[in-house]
Amino acid sequence: MKACVIVFPGSNCDRDLQVALRNAMGSEPEMVWHGDSSFCEVDLITVPGGFSYGDYLRAGAMAAKSPVMREIISRAKKGVPVLGICNGFQVLTESGLLPGALMRNANLKYVCKDVHLKVEASDTPFTQGYSNGGVLRIPVAHHDGNYFANDGLLDELESNSQIAFRYSDSDGELTEDANPNGSLRNIAGILNRERNVLGMMPHPERLADPTLGGTDGKAMFSGLVEALS
Amino acid sequence: MCAGARVKPKIQGTEVKAKIHVTLKQGVLDPQGKAVQHALGSLGFNGVEDVRQGKFIELELSETDPSKARASLEEMCKQLLANTVIENYSIELA
Repeated sequence: MKACVIVFPGSNCDRDLQVALRNAMGSEPEMVWHGDSSFCEVDLITVPGGFSYGDYLRAGAMAAKSPVMREIISRAKKGVPVLGICNGFQVLTESGLLPGALMRNANLKYVCKDVHLKVEASDTPFTQGYSNGGVLRIPVAHHDGNYFANDGLLDELESNSQIAFRYSDSDGELTEDANPNGSLRNIAGILNRERNVLGMMPHPERLADPTLGGTDGKAMFSGLVEALS
Repeated sequence: MCAGARVKPKIQGTEVKAKIHVTLKQGVLDPQGKAVQHALGSLGFNGVEDVRQGKFIELELSETDPSKARASLEEMCKQLLANTVIENYSIELA
């Protein structure tokens, strides 16, 4: 399996993602600079967290228009799996690869803590290492993770099982208290309709090694390797 | 989209100046606006019924034809300046 990590000016989780992918794949992912409009054929494209272009205009807005994104959009439309984490999720919504938008957290605060996630769609290459209804502990670290979509779109996401993860308590209950940012319907991660693009605010790459205090994120990467090798 | 936008072409020299307002759509919660409203209340400014916060962007274009400038600005708003999932925009030429 070959994977790449897209690097924008201001990305800061690119190395963490590189390590998580390296550990899962046993080989080096390619690091691709945002100005490159072409890169090697890969089985997985990942868009990391951070503050691409300093969050100018809107989080992810500038990165979504960078040369590398045109290539990513074209490959995603051909079915190549694309994973966007945190700022990567914001970039994917801004680019139109995923529906909806990520707004300023409802409490206006930057939130940095471990949260619980309920797995709602384990039938994708990204989530096949998990079981539906399972609860994970994964960190979030963002200021703009408040998922918004109109009611019609939210209903469509639910009926197409496009919601991959929701914020829950440790028992898997979808409570308001468990929602760190005000996301509608506790949405933490969504898929596109074709199920080859996943965007999520929480950081599985930050809990994929016991040294970091947990391994709940690891199954995402091992599942991807299993699905795409 | 851009309802209520005023067209006032006043071309001086060769440039068209444009003012763009980007605001959150009705129905989209604006926690920043709410915080500002609350802060105004705590400063003693009573009677502020609602606050909606947005962006104001000024551009200078080399295009001298107002209708071409407007068409171009529309595209700029749709492609980058506004996120039309959550925001409206209005364009004013001066």
